[in-house]
Amino acid sequence: MAAESPDHLADPGKLGYSIRRHLHERFIEVLLFLSAVLSVAIMLAILAMLLKESAVFFQHVSLWDFLTDTQWTPLFDDAHYGILPLVAGTIVSSLIALLVALPLGTIIAIYLSEFAPFTVREISKPFLELLGGIPTVVYGYFALLFVTPMLQIFFPELPGFSLLSAGLVMGIMIIPYVSSMTEDAMRAVPMNLREGSYAMGATRLQTAIRVVMPAAFSGIAAAYILGISRAVGETMVVAIAAGMQPNLTWNPMEPAATITAYIVQVSLGDLPHGSIGYQTIFAAGLTLLILTLIFNIIGHLLRKRYREIY
Amino acid sequence: MNNIEEIRRIIGQHKRWDLIFVIAGIFALMIAVLTFMALFAHMLIDGMPRLSWEFFTSFPSRRPESAGILSAWVGTTLVMLVTALSAVPLGIGSGIYLEEYAPKNLVTEIIEINVTNLAGVPSIIYGLLALGLFVYQLGFGQSILAAGLALALLILPVVIVATREAIRSIPVAIREGAYALGATKWQTVFDHLLPYSSAGILTGVIIGLARAIGETAPIITIGALTFIAFLPPSPVKSEFPFVSFEWLTAPFTVMPIQMFNWVSRPEEAFQLNAAAAGLVLVVMTLAMNGLAIYLRYRMRKNIKW
Repeated sequence: MAAESPDHLADPGKLGYSIRRHLHERFIEVLLFLSAVLSVAIMLAILAMLLKESAVFFQHVSLWDFLTDTQWTPLFDDAHYGILPLVAGTIVSSLIALLVALPLGTIIAIYLSEFAPFTVREISKPFLELLGGIPTVVYGYFALLFVTPMLQIFFPELPGFSLLSAGLVMGIMIIPYVSSMTEDAMRAVPMNLREGSYAMGATRLQTAIRVVMPAAFSGIAAAYILGISRAVGETMVVAIAAGMQPNLTWNPMEPAATITAYIVQVSLGDLPHGSIGYQTIFAAGLTLLILTLIFNIIGHLLRKRYREIY
Repeated sequence: MNNIEEIRRIIGQHKRWDLIFVIAGIFALMIAVLTFMALFAHMLIDGMPRLSWEFFTSFPSRRPESAGILSAWVGTTLVMLVTALSAVPLGIGSGIYLEEYAPKNLVTEIIEINVTNLAGVPSIIYGLLALGLFVYQLGFGQSILAAGLALALLILPVVIVATREAIRSIPVAIREGAYALGATKWQTVFDHLLPYSSAGILTGVIIGLARAIGETAPIITIGALTFIAFLPPSPVKSEFPFVSFEWLTAPFTVMPIQMFNWVSRPEEAFQLNAAAAGLVLVVMTLAMNGLAIYLRYRMRKNIKW
């Protein structure tokens, strides 16, 4: 028997513990760990960079002025550093976008998940995904050169740049994100919940709204939060179609700048590294990051609070 | 009898609501479809006449009729090369770690929450990070390298999530089989899990790159020039060692920036150029996303564990 056994069985040492193999395995594990930790490092680097430059900015400008001044003119001789106009522009354009995206996205999701025949769903899902993949700069072009002229037919006094048309296009742009996540959440609800509801004589719509949606609430909330942070952080559509003039207004028919559009406007010019103008974009970026982080945390809490486990 | 009439009436009413909702659903879907049609048709009508061989082989110019996208598409290709080469190994590495190696502890939980949070950070914030870190602190300048790395950070979460999902869908029996034959952990991962999940990972990588191609904001933030009438130095040389990395530090422009530049000009002729550039951009991203969707579809059909 011993003569027939392969070499490595003849030498039991090869089967046992090998320091070389052990080191090799550990080395790879450490490499993989480092690449995973990199994502934490990126987050810390983002925070460090924004905080560092903003700290210099806030040595020149008091936090009180930053939050209460109603003008944002950091590049003028008579410089004012009030973030309110930019925040107002961001809120107005995001609200318009969400008024379009959340209802339409939800209706599409309910329709695809609970009503649509198999073929309609199989065609619509990839189509919506393609729609979500179109570059935002293309949507900006569409807002400026197609939607604005269309709107001007109905509202002749609408200027060439407006929060309205940017917000509308942004809303259409966000629909696929909202609808696909909402639909995934609804389809994850087990079938027997629906069957129970149908057995009680409920219609499809009643089942969808009173049984499936509450059961999928945490997933739907996550989809909405994602939609909100997309709208708040969206850059190119507003930079192209809403104009880049900071303007404290709540009227969607006016041109105005958002936080993101201001960063774009400054970056297009040639600001020297270390100047106060250079630091303003980091302060604006910090404001934006805090806004989106707040929404992310709310989403996280909602998910935790309402998670249904089957 | 009266009671049954009443019930019939209520049932009829509820069925009507069902019907109304179906109509609303189709209507909502149509809004999305029609918007896409309008967008595509508008660009096609405006941009198609400008699409010619010269458009792809000319530099941008002050005269709209002779302007082209040569420097833009070369720049996009090179930036994507940097992005893919940095994001793909790192993303797959962290995906493997989180799915196969990570112990259940606080560090792992922090990494996982962090990946989710990174996916929600607006793209322009990555631009600010790249501006402060790559352009100034590390001294890369406003170069292809800085832009490629910025976009790599942006798509890292996409690649990580795709890798994790692809690896998670492989049944435990495969791992147990490999371990039973004496394979080490890395041998199991490299010889079995990675090949079996490659289609899923590839899908994620393509979707990530398609997103990076159209991403404009972070590249504007690092200060990419919009008027570039020259090409970066060639990566291939005729004399030894045949490759050169000078192009990494060259100034550049990319497709979406070129389009943005043309859109923001008042002359209508430049806006026709923007439509043509947008058409090229949309066809590129649609093709990539379509490929990803097709891959996923085939994967679902072929693989039955």
